[in-house]
Amino acid sequence: MYDTTYTRAKDASDAAKKMRAAEDGQFIAGGHTLLPTMKQRLAAPSDLIDISHIKGMADISVSRKDVTIGAAATHASVANHSKLMKVCPSLCELASHIGDPAVRNRGTIGGSIANNDPAADYPAAMVALGATIVTNKRKIRADRFFTGMFETSLKEDEVIKAVTFKAPKSGAYAKFPNPASRYAMAGVYVADHGKKDIRVGVTGASSGGVYRAKNMEKALAKDFSADAIDGCKVDEGDMLSDIHGSAAYRANLVKVMAKRAIAAAG
Amino acid sequence: MAKVEMTVNGRMTSANVEDRTLLVDYLREEKNLTGTHVGCDTSQCGACVVHVDGKAVKSCTVLAVQAAGSDVRTIEGLAGDDQLHPMQEAFRNNHGLQCGFCTPGMIMSAVDMVNRLGPKLSEATIRAELEGNICRCTGYHNIVKSIAAGAKAMGKGMKKAAE
Repeated sequence: MYDTTYTRAKDASDAAKKMRAAEDGQFIAGGHTLLPTMKQRLAAPSDLIDISHIKGMADISVSRKDVTIGAAATHASVANHSKLMKVCPSLCELASHIGDPAVRNRGTIGGSIANNDPAADYPAAMVALGATIVTNKRKIRADRFFTGMFETSLKEDEVIKAVTFKAPKSGAYAKFPNPASRYAMAGVYVADHGKKDIRVGVTGASSGGVYRAKNMEKALAKDFSADAIDGCKVDEGDMLSDIHGSAAYRANLVKVMAKRAIAAAG
Repeated sequence: MAKVEMTVNGRMTSANVEDRTLLVDYLREEKNLTGTHVGCDTSQCGACVVHVDGKAVKSCTVLAVQAAGSDVRTIEGLAGDDQLHPMQEAFRNNHGLQCGFCTPGMIMSAVDMVNRLGPKLSEATIRAELEGNICRCTGYHNIVKSIAAGAKAMGKGMKKAAE
């Protein structure tokens, strides 16, 4: 790892100020993607600005169906939050399968979505849940937040404070983990928001990162059943292709995972 | 450089280290607590698991400065003066180790498991919870057996303490 300078931010505006003053800064919370990347010298930020100690940043609140999850909330705290479990168990379930127990004690939801790894789990949930990403500057709809592989609409000195969403009527996430890394080779989050508003978020598979399977959403609005998506085409041309699976394999996986999620959401 | 202070195994410690110093290096190099191991150095294998503020973490993927002000427990801090921790004793009795390299991380993860899930652990639970700890010798059977026994013994200890 190259040398770096670490500081803790007092609040979100302090974090933004420190970022503007840094030559090539990075926000850090759990650091479970950033630190491994730095160890491999694939990243060499001059400054690390720790946002995990900001007051309230790791809080989770649930009021009826309204959910707010602080950016520095760990995967473990999302997985085990009893109120969240009542209104949106599918998100707890998703969080409980990220990495391993020790990783879940450090990795955060804010870090996951800011990094927008094409194989990360949370981005699929964010678009399927119709979440809003709250930053120190504005509120961004999840659909507009994720702009491509490892790309988001976040500005340089913009720090995620929380994500908010309304718990769906029902939802489920199904993923096919890479047998070695356990990252999603295809992960599909299906959420039924009622009144024919169905959203399907797909991660792990596409070369463009997370996306909404609009054709499946349309089919499910008419008939919420696994069979309803039989006729939906998954474009191979957009899929990732590597030693773990060809584009055709991943396209097929997307449909299989979607069907499993639909059946589970039932 | 930063002056980093943290409680390690109940004692206040401090050292001047570079900001990029990993927690595992702070423990091993600065504090000579070499029970915590570096296996893969890529947050996969779990040989470096320690407890930070009561939670199991991979100390190869935490900076020492991130842990400043925290309460850290390593494998050296588990046993009493002349008595092994019940989980250590269980690993000894059940042949839960061969070369021993992964053992400190296994035991720290196992204790964390009991702290979170209680002393009654099914085999399936133990195996699933060991996702982040890799052993290259044992084939895991005796590790799973050890953790089940250690958990039970910890449960008895908890009960006794409550009485």
